Amino acid sequence: MSENGMFGSAHREPAKKAKNSADRTQLQTVLIRFSRHRPAMISLVLLALIALFAFVGPFFWTWDHTVYREIPSNQPPSGAHPLGTSAAGHDVLGQLMRGAQQTLKVAFTVSLLSTAVGALWGATAGYYGGRVDALMMRIVDIFLIVPLLVAAAAIAGNSGAGASWAAIALIISIFSWATIARVVRGVVLSLREQEFVEAARASGASAPWIIIRHLLPNAAGPIIVAATLLVAVAILAEAGMSFLGLGIQLPDISLGQMIGAARTAVSTRPWLFYPPGVLLVLICLTINFIGDGLRDALDPRQTRVRR
Amino acid sequence: MTTEHMNEEHTAAAGADDVVLEVSGLSVTFPSDDGPLPAVREVSYELRRGEALGIVGESGSGKSVTSMAIMGLLPRNAKVEGSAKLLGQEIIGLSDKRISEVRGQKIAMIFQDPLTSLNPVYTIGYQIAEAVLAHRKVSKKAAMDRALELLEIVGIPSPEQRLRQYPHELSGGMRQRVVIAIAMANDPDVIIADEPTTALDVTVQAQVLEALQKARQETGAALVLITHDLGVVAGQVDRVGVMYAGRIVEMGAVEEVFYRPRMPYALGLLGSLPRLDGDRGDRLTPILGTPPSLRDLPEGCGFAPRCPMARDLCHQEEPRLALLETGDRQDAVEDGGSVEGTGPAHTAACHFSEELVGATAADLFRATSVDTEGVGSVAEVEAAESSVAGARGEYLDELGEEPGRAGSGTAEPKVLLTATDLVKNFPIRSKGLLRRRIGDVQAVSGISLDLRERETLALVGESGCGKSTTARLLLNLIKLTSGEVSYLGRPLHDLTDRRMRPLRKDLQLVFQDPFASLDPRMTVADIIAEPMRIHGSAHRDARKRVSELLELVGLNPEHGSRYPHEFSGGQRQRIGVARALSLNPRVLVLDEPVSALDVSIQAGVINLLEDLQDELGLSYLFVSHDLSVVKHIADRVAVMYLGKMVETATTDQLFSSPAHPYTQALISAIPLPDPVKERTRERITVTGDIPSPADPPSGCRFRTRCPKFANELSDAERAKCVEEPPELMDRGAGHRDACHYSKVIELI
Repeated sequence: MSENGMFGSAHREPAKKAKNSADRTQLQTVLIRFSRHRPAMISLVLLALIALFAFVGPFFWTWDHTVYREIPSNQPPSGAHPLGTSAAGHDVLGQLMRGAQQTLKVAFTVSLLSTAVGALWGATAGYYGGRVDALMMRIVDIFLIVPLLVAAAAIAGNSGAGASWAAIALIISIFSWATIARVVRGVVLSLREQEFVEAARASGASAPWIIIRHLLPNAAGPIIVAATLLVAVAILAEAGMSFLGLGIQLPDISLGQMIGAARTAVSTRPWLFYPPGVLLVLICLTINFIGDGLRDALDPRQTRVRR
Repeated sequence: MTTEHMNEEHTAAAGADDVVLEVSGLSVTFPSDDGPLPAVREVSYELRRGEALGIVGESGSGKSVTSMAIMGLLPRNAKVEGSAKLLGQEIIGLSDKRISEVRGQKIAMIFQDPLTSLNPVYTIGYQIAEAVLAHRKVSKKAAMDRALELLEIVGIPSPEQRLRQYPHELSGGMRQRVVIAIAMANDPDVIIADEPTTALDVTVQAQVLEALQKARQETGAALVLITHDLGVVAGQVDRVGVMYAGRIVEMGAVEEVFYRPRMPYALGLLGSLPRLDGDRGDRLTPILGTPPSLRDLPEGCGFAPRCPMARDLCHQEEPRLALLETGDRQDAVEDGGSVEGTGPAHTAACHFSEELVGATAADLFRATSVDTEGVGSVAEVEAAESSVAGARGEYLDELGEEPGRAGSGTAEPKVLLTATDLVKNFPIRSKGLLRRRIGDVQAVSGISLDLRERETLALVGESGCGKSTTARLLLNLIKLTSGEVSYLGRPLHDLTDRRMRPLRKDLQLVFQDPFASLDPRMTVADIIAEPMRIHGSAHRDARKRVSELLELVGLNPEHGSRYPHEFSGGQRQRIGVARALSLNPRVLVLDEPVSALDVSIQAGVINLLEDLQDELGLSYLFVSHDLSVVKHIADRVAVMYLGKMVETATTDQLFSSPAHPYTQALISAIPLPDPVKERTRERITVTGDIPSPADPPSGCRFRTRCPKFANELSDAERAKCVEEPPELMDRGAGHRDACHYSKVIELI
């Protein structure tokens, strides 16, 4: 069946497509639309494989991310160590699994946490406007102007080196929700003037009702785009913190840390640099495509589905 | 018959030299991902020197694209075929450079939106002079002098000063006159005006149309006036062409087409129009269905799927635009119409046009209130009507159980909603951090009204008069500055949101914009159910009522799971009505509910509102700028100007004997879709634009534009207008007006 038949040409005349979409729930519609977005579906599968590799892989592989006396150092890839070994005697494959795991945990936590807080904050400020808005946005500005790494150094430095991934995720979140809040506020400022918001108010809807049911869903596009960008930002921030000795510390490992450690070995021992590098790019790319797919699937007006 | 034929030849021979624009077989096709879109198909017409030709059609009929093609303004990917000859020179397919020499010099265009057709960073004088300099080798000084002269012609007050101003310093009507001045800068032979007054208020529209007439007189240019407003066409042009689905389907002298339409679409369009010169009891007749998608044009006649008299032939063969072999031109002369035997040819594209001799819209179209947009035949409409009737019956049974609703037959209708001395000022704040209050926009300044049970009270006025603000104050959606609103004797204005919530069930709102008023992310069922959910209805009950409500407003109840964008404007407006009805309100505030709809669709929604009022006993507060619609639907009318009420009366009183000069001006500014009446009626015109509500005139707020103040009153009398704000005084029988020197006159 061609997609155009359902979503394109029939769209002017509801009468003719009666049976097609009539009995679907909203969730089913969104899922179907998402499943039609080919890049997003491929990315979803790929990301699932990466997650499987990161979280389940360690159970099936001989070596974990720590140093073993049995591992020879600085070996190029071989049968026993498919991705080679590091100077200190790590199995790179074992490190890669653990690193991907930690990175994914940090990145997703940051993205979800700061998006949730930022979107609510921004939507509230935008909806109420006036003094409430001015006050809330000044707070946002404070979080925007303080450099993440300096603040992270101050917080993490006091809590002792080698913070857990959760603590790192929290610190990064504290300094990244503000960008989302700004984006969402901007969108909501124009949305709240729309008549459907007034219609809800005229029916007696409360502010939280309007924010959650009308404003946030309609701001979903920009929110999702910002959230996917945040994943990349979080990965970089974590790498930066680790590099400064504030993030995840050896023997625990993250992708950012692996790349940081291998930066001098790109040409001499490429097996140390490329696997975490490629994996990092893959994670960011897949999340971006999934974000695109979600944005399109959630927007009922999007009639053409990209293939 | 023979004489007529000779006459025809005679005019053709005489006119041949005089043709300034000859369009023949013009077609425009846009490529798209889903195949070619034929936006204009085989359009042909001739325009003689000094003639005014109207092109009417609903949105998407291709009327604008035709003129864009003639002007060479279409995007490069559009495929333009056929020919357009300007003074004998072919202008289709000219290079950019060559057509630029013609544009502005021999043919000029006026666009709909005067805000975007002027460049905001240059002065008015510069922009007019630029148009002059583009085609004439004159000095800058001479060009500026010409600009000044042009501004005087189009009637802009204090033109020397205006030359140095920027577009944003001028009002919309003034800007459009500047655009007209630019268009006539080089004495073109043809002016194409594309919806020149659509964005303007009616009193301003009248001024701009006058400026356009003036421009034609000065330059002797022929005019192509493109518009959707049949009233504007009736008053302004000699001949009219009706466009539908990219073709001209009827063309002829304006009197011929308006009084004796010979194509069912033209007839239907006229029948679906609420008229200022019509009676309130007249039912409107919407046209079935929607215009066809250009991507998917039906075989045969484009109008056949919507045509009540379509037969097999209509679905097989597209009718040519044929000269009518009629005898009724003779009648025309006897009727006293202005057709003088040798009138221009009347052509129509209908296989059965001879059957339409003497037909009226009501003979052909059905005055229904169900949504006819998806249906294809009269039988389907009847089926829908009977199921709607059933649904309404059930609905009424349910309502009957509610206390207080049943007793509606009482003699004195109960007053539901009362407003006393409503005032609303919006603060103007300074920019920057402090945001000090530096002034007030006095949106509403002392409005009192009451809305009775089962009546329609119309609130009428031009943009910025405070009518929408008043509507929102009545619903307590914005906080009033002072005054009182009460519903059934209970004061509303100081209720908190929480205390107000139960009352919101009774007072509901329908919006103007059918696109912005429905949340695009929600299904129609969720949208209609939302008010019930807010008021704590269970999901299952709400679902059940949604299908009842959809049926009640004439929509297919199975369409609940669709999204708003899948519906047309008229259908969306019905959804908005269904949402407002979901809580069984007693009062509906309708804020310009049909202004955004095409006329053939608008008629169906108006019929629906009338039916719902009759059957559910609703009271309407009908906010509108369109006096024709108001005359059709309202029981009483209140006219507003700059935040004040200037006149209130029953609809009959107000339209038959308007007393306030503003009401008179408003009524006479509405163009009648009747060429003879429109050209011969008495006019009360106002000058200038609406003053800013941030700084309203002292005394009577209308005095700055009042024709009476300007022309009839003595200085002593004027002093009273300047010093003393007139009170709303009763002139008997509940007819009240706020003018010191009001005098009733008859206008229609």
